[in-house]
Amino acid sequence: MAEVEVREIRKTFGVTSALDGVSLVCKDGEYLVLLGPSGCGKTTLLRIIAGLEEPTGGDILIGGKSVKALPPRARKIAMVFQSYALYPHKKVGQNISFPLEALGMPREERDERVRWAAGLLEIGHLLDRKPRQLSGGERQRVALARALVREPRVFLLDEPLSNLDAKLRASARLELKQFQQRVGVSTIYVTHDQVEAMGLGDRIAVLNRGRLQQVGTPDSIYNEPANTFVATFVGSPPMNLLQRDGKLVGFRPENVKVVKKSTGRDGSTVFACHLLRIENLGSDRYVYVSVKDDRGEAKLIAKLAMSEQIDVSANDDADLVVERRYLRFFDRETGDRRTDA
Amino acid sequence: MTEPLATRRTVIFDESVHVHHLLDRERVLGPVLLAPLLIYLAALVGVPLVTVFIYAFSDATTGSEGFSFVGLETFQRTVADPVFQQAIRNTIAFTLIAQVIVIVLATILGYVMTANFKGKWIVRFLVLLPWTTPVALSSLAWLWMLDSLFSPFNWILGELHVVPVGTPVAWLGETGLAVGSVIALQAWRTLPLAAVILMAGLTSIPPELNEQAEVDGAGFWRRLFDITFPLLAPIMMVAILFGIVATFTDMAVVFILTRGGPGDATQVLASWSFYTGIQGGSLAQGAAIGIFMFPVLLGVCILMLRRASSVEVT
Repeated sequence: MAEVEVREIRKTFGVTSALDGVSLVCKDGEYLVLLGPSGCGKTTLLRIIAGLEEPTGGDILIGGKSVKALPPRARKIAMVFQSYALYPHKKVGQNISFPLEALGMPREERDERVRWAAGLLEIGHLLDRKPRQLSGGERQRVALARALVREPRVFLLDEPLSNLDAKLRASARLELKQFQQRVGVSTIYVTHDQVEAMGLGDRIAVLNRGRLQQVGTPDSIYNEPANTFVATFVGSPPMNLLQRDGKLVGFRPENVKVVKKSTGRDGSTVFACHLLRIENLGSDRYVYVSVKDDRGEAKLIAKLAMSEQIDVSANDDADLVVERRYLRFFDRETGDRRTDA
Repeated sequence: MTEPLATRRTVIFDESVHVHHLLDRERVLGPVLLAPLLIYLAALVGVPLVTVFIYAFSDATTGSEGFSFVGLETFQRTVADPVFQQAIRNTIAFTLIAQVIVIVLATILGYVMTANFKGKWIVRFLVLLPWTTPVALSSLAWLWMLDSLFSPFNWILGELHVVPVGTPVAWLGETGLAVGSVIALQAWRTLPLAAVILMAGLTSIPPELNEQAEVDGAGFWRRLFDITFPLLAPIMMVAILFGIVATFTDMAVVFILTRGGPGDATQVLASWSFYTGIQGGSLAQGAAIGIFMFPVLLGVCILMLRRASSVEVT
């Protein structure tokens, strides 16, 4: 168990820059999620921490000591790849004991530890199978057991849920979280799925185009986005943005009411809008509206619970009401967050 | 409304094109497509093979048209011949030694060709070059390279003062050197195919597996012997089988390089069969010698076909 710190990491592939000065700390025992769209550099950063990729500049510290010069095997980390990378010619038991063999651990001790790790992940009955005989969920557990077995200082997980079907993913997410809480090892988890990030992370680091956009708790990432990228990348549907009086105003679709004629309560802002379409999604309904702004027209979405009654229908003119405390302001040029004025 | 539709329909189903109907039938099309291959195989492989078996049990010679069956007599004479015994030992030894060398070098070359460096294409080109040359041509070139007077090897060794100037090494004249030369040439000419097969094998191993092993704490040798080689084994087997077939049946190298000599030190089954059956005129004995290659090749073929049908894709 240890703290992981990256300092001013830069990485260029030829002329393209994959990482552009990223500094980040994963505290001891913390579950840190690296979130970003594909190509943002999150996997490259993980591979640099693992030692599979050499940074162009910057330093990596594990437990306070620089590991930049160390090969992957000397860093005492465990990594789970997106594909799980189970050794196809080895049985499950041999897969799990591989890191211990590499350590030169005697056989009895190895067997004992394999049983312990397999027991923890409830795969004791699979030890004599070959990886190809396992389901996706079982493969994931084997990969986790192999990562866990030699008690690494850090877990590095690269989109471990993306190969599972949607149904399995929710239960696997829960298991991953419980598992990490039980073993308490610092974990860095890479994903492009904001639902996973919100659900798993103690803190989330949002990356885009090789730069760190924001680091914070899921709550602060969602409610206090540092810029328009974070505001629109996190949340489904994303935060509504419209230009008013030279400023960008943002608010979450679920913080909106749509009424025929607003009574103009205190502490609320009212936008006149035109209803384009109402989508019924079972538990929620999405109301698509257009609102006049500085650029002409902005298309916005309101997410309303089905339990809420509405008195409007498509093609109506209506009022969009947002409580003022839900409004976020951004710089029109840079997209950075501005103080609420 | 119905008029134009009806006109169009007659255009689509033009009943005058009867040939199409015939070739559309699988029962007709299948045999038609298979026929050229089957005729080729029957004429150029089947007929000679049957002929060899007939001759081997007869007293046929190149001198007369007729022959009579003599049962196993030809075989008995063949097996008792010390040159035949030498040839069968040589064939097996040359094949095995050459293929061991090939598989070691091909693995190394496979790594070199998959590595990323400048000038990769020229290395790949050079590795493949021997493969593109006909055996007879390249053997002739080697004959000159190993000539006792004109050998560049002798010149280099002389310049380096490894051998005294004026006493050239007779590469093909001394038993040990001649055997070594034949094996080296067999290895040299089967190496490119094996290297390409192993290169393909190495590329098919997902890079994450080695990266995972690296993170798991494995050093270079452990990754090589515990991860790469086991995953490479099936395709290595394919390369070895191809190499065995190519070396075991080859007569061009021995025929051009040493003519089986010195003495009969480099005689192999293929060359001995040729010398006995064609040049010596004893068709029956030549055929009997050739038949001794049959069980080995049959075994290799069965292994290959099994391999091909049970390839495991993970």
